[in-house]
Amino acid sequence: MSLLAPVGALIFSLLVASIALVLVGFNPLTAFAEMGKFAWSAASLVSISNRAVPLFMSGLAVAIGFKMGLFNIGVEGQYLLAAVFAAYFGAIVNLPPVLHVLFIILVAMIVGALWSGIAGILKVTRGVHEVIATIMLNAIAVGLVAWLLANFFRKVDPGDLNIKTAELPHSAWFPSLNPLLNTIGIPPPPGPTMQGFMLVAIVFGIVFYLLVWRSRYGFELRASGINPDAARMSGVEPSGMVMQTMLLSGALAGLVGLSPLLGYFHRYTQDFPSGLGFTGIAVALLGRNHPVGIFLGALLFGFMDRSALILDLKGIPREIVTIIQGVVVLAVVVAYEVVTRMIQRQEVAAAAEAAKSDAEEVA
Amino acid sequence: MPDAPAVELSNITKRFPGVVANDQVNLRVMPAEIHAVVGENGAGKSTLMKILYGMQAPDEGEITMAGQEVRFRSPRDAINAGIGMVHQHFMLADQLTVLENIILGSEPHIGMRIDFQRAKQKLGELSQAYGLAVDPDALVEDLSVGERQRVEILKVLFRGARILILDEPTAVLVPQEVDELFASMRELAGEGVTIIFISHKLDEVLSIADVITVIRQGRTISTVSPDEVDAQKLAEMMVGSELPTPETRESTVGERVLLRVEGLSVRSQDSDRMLLDDVSFTIREGEIVGIAGVEGNGQATLIDALMGLLPLDEGLIELADKDMSRQSTRELREAGLGLIPEDRHRQALLLPEPLWENAMLGHQTVSPFSRGFWIDRKGAHRRTDEIIRVYGVMAPGADTPAIALSGGNQQKFIVGREMLADPLVLIAAQPTRGIDVGAQAAVWDQLRSARAAGLAVLLVSADLEELIGLSDTLWVILRGRLVARLDPATTTPEELGSYMTGVRT
Repeated sequence: MSLLAPVGALIFSLLVASIALVLVGFNPLTAFAEMGKFAWSAASLVSISNRAVPLFMSGLAVAIGFKMGLFNIGVEGQYLLAAVFAAYFGAIVNLPPVLHVLFIILVAMIVGALWSGIAGILKVTRGVHEVIATIMLNAIAVGLVAWLLANFFRKVDPGDLNIKTAELPHSAWFPSLNPLLNTIGIPPPPGPTMQGFMLVAIVFGIVFYLLVWRSRYGFELRASGINPDAARMSGVEPSGMVMQTMLLSGALAGLVGLSPLLGYFHRYTQDFPSGLGFTGIAVALLGRNHPVGIFLGALLFGFMDRSALILDLKGIPREIVTIIQGVVVLAVVVAYEVVTRMIQRQEVAAAAEAAKSDAEEVA
Repeated sequence: MPDAPAVELSNITKRFPGVVANDQVNLRVMPAEIHAVVGENGAGKSTLMKILYGMQAPDEGEITMAGQEVRFRSPRDAINAGIGMVHQHFMLADQLTVLENIILGSEPHIGMRIDFQRAKQKLGELSQAYGLAVDPDALVEDLSVGERQRVEILKVLFRGARILILDEPTAVLVPQEVDELFASMRELAGEGVTIIFISHKLDEVLSIADVITVIRQGRTISTVSPDEVDAQKLAEMMVGSELPTPETRESTVGERVLLRVEGLSVRSQDSDRMLLDDVSFTIREGEIVGIAGVEGNGQATLIDALMGLLPLDEGLIELADKDMSRQSTRELREAGLGLIPEDRHRQALLLPEPLWENAMLGHQTVSPFSRGFWIDRKGAHRRTDEIIRVYGVMAPGADTPAIALSGGNQQKFIVGREMLADPLVLIAAQPTRGIDVGAQAAVWDQLRSARAAGLAVLLVSADLEELIGLSDTLWVILRGRLVARLDPATTTPEELGSYMTGVRT
């Protein structure tokens, strides 16, 4: 039942994309077959999972806000700012291998949290809606990153016109999973290496689940999201909850850029991946704010991004993937609502049935 | 004098699932008359007005205006027919000017452009004609409550209303503003505007109305002129004569004071009105203290203040001899304060969530619901099963979402949740509102047996029968003050009603 909504939405979006393809004169079946065939290779699978890791983190960051009824659109700005600070401070300190990575993770989380915390303070003290505040903070963050990079964090190498930070020392590089794949007997394909940061993401996914669904704090967070008045009556302090959720969301956002930073780029450059924060919103919606759902959603988006590459080569417009991504998010929101109502109707019927049989027993 | 009534509602019946809100109600209002409709909360006044204003369709009955039958499918139809309604809660945009608010939705225009000139002129004429002075360029947020109400009335008149419905217009006003409003109402009636005035403040009704219609339990009881009755008589008609005698029971009131409130004062944040004014009372173990009052006289503020949801301007709250005046809601809850809130859905439940999570709400920090940082799912399930069993909640199980339950079962569940948490003091606000008779009796029994076990209960209710039947001590709250302390054993609902409406002090 819980798979019905996302699968239905996906099929619907493929249909819409097919119509678009037919309209511009391509055979949708060929296009989808090419995408599938291309993605079903070892190199592609590695690439897909690498793409999925930052999207998963981004989805978590958005989802924790959603769970409390907060819409943090600012994951984009939070992770970019966190990444540039992490790259800079990571490069100027000298620490032993594991500690070095932990230090960078900490810096990124703090910077992300501080940036989202501004939106939290504005909401709590001045009543500024977090959507407005975080959109504005995104714009500021982009400018701030460029300015910091150009004026303070830049490492100038003779003969290199790229604007970038200094390279991280090797102690800060996150090892790839390729050696692990070798030992368990799956030789990694040539090409991209399997990002080790995936393990950190999985740990955070588990922590996210435990925190939101198994802890008292998570209960209060969800209660505040579902019914703020009832939560307040139950002893939850609303402004404190807003602030904490905003900080948590920002801290998670800070981790979005670390997979590419520590595993691949090893420095912040101008071509550092952007847009992950916005895609994270789609991933969180698709995954229903649950870590398992977000994981699957991130893989789906990773797959679509990767398989889009083949469309160019085959002369099929790759924008078709963007259409699928857009439609799937819209469709899934509708589908979830429909399924929720279906389930609710069943439960109301069951409760009425129980009440009736109770009454009969009494009589 | 024309003989056709300005508006007449005949044999109006409106049913909602489980209740008949209006049962063959008749209301006949003559032109240029100030016609008061009085009745208790839940008597069916609002439903009747919603029907007249086109917000709800009657199941049976007809509405005629000046002898012609009319049928309103929406408030727009009613407005076009010349009916205007001023709601109890103002519907104004604070950031707009008076003029902008008044023309909003019916802007006079020249082509695409709003004709402010003409609007202002028309507003000026209206103000002058009816003695409703306002500054058209003032921002609504800068206006007093009385002025806002004037804007609401002008807004309705601007749309050409000749029949005005005022829904409890005095509930939010201070006495001087009430006088001003009444002066305007007389002026309006003098100019031929018909006014239907909803109220349950009997002294006001008697001073302003030309004709009074009393509604009780969805039926028209009588239509009288104010010379024929006094407030006492009117209160009796509102409450009904076939009242149950409060059952005599043995007192379980003990010695120990569990809740002491002294000099509690709370000032409204946006005006100088006192929401609570020097409120003092105590509740002993095994005692039920009832608070009677017309809704909106400070009951909600009192509950919020006791629950730590509002900062106190002055006063002391002691729970079992400990000063709790500045404690947070959580600390108060953990110290043994339970709450059955007034509005089940809005304040007490997480509707889409399973019952076991709803059982935790308000008690999530203590056993059996949590152990330190973590939720104790097993403990929560055990407690939920216990609530379902002991309190007779008809539900398939602890994993059923709260939304699947009927209102009565939801309420029994909430009562069970608060009772099994073993509070020292329980605040019960409208504990039986909107539930069927069986569930009502069950809730009453549970409150009685908890009282026998030593629980201190603060009962806030609009149901006078419930207050008299359950309470050991009764207080009447009026405009934020406790104005009378009565003994429920000797008090009649009529007497209570006259204190509640300020007829007696």
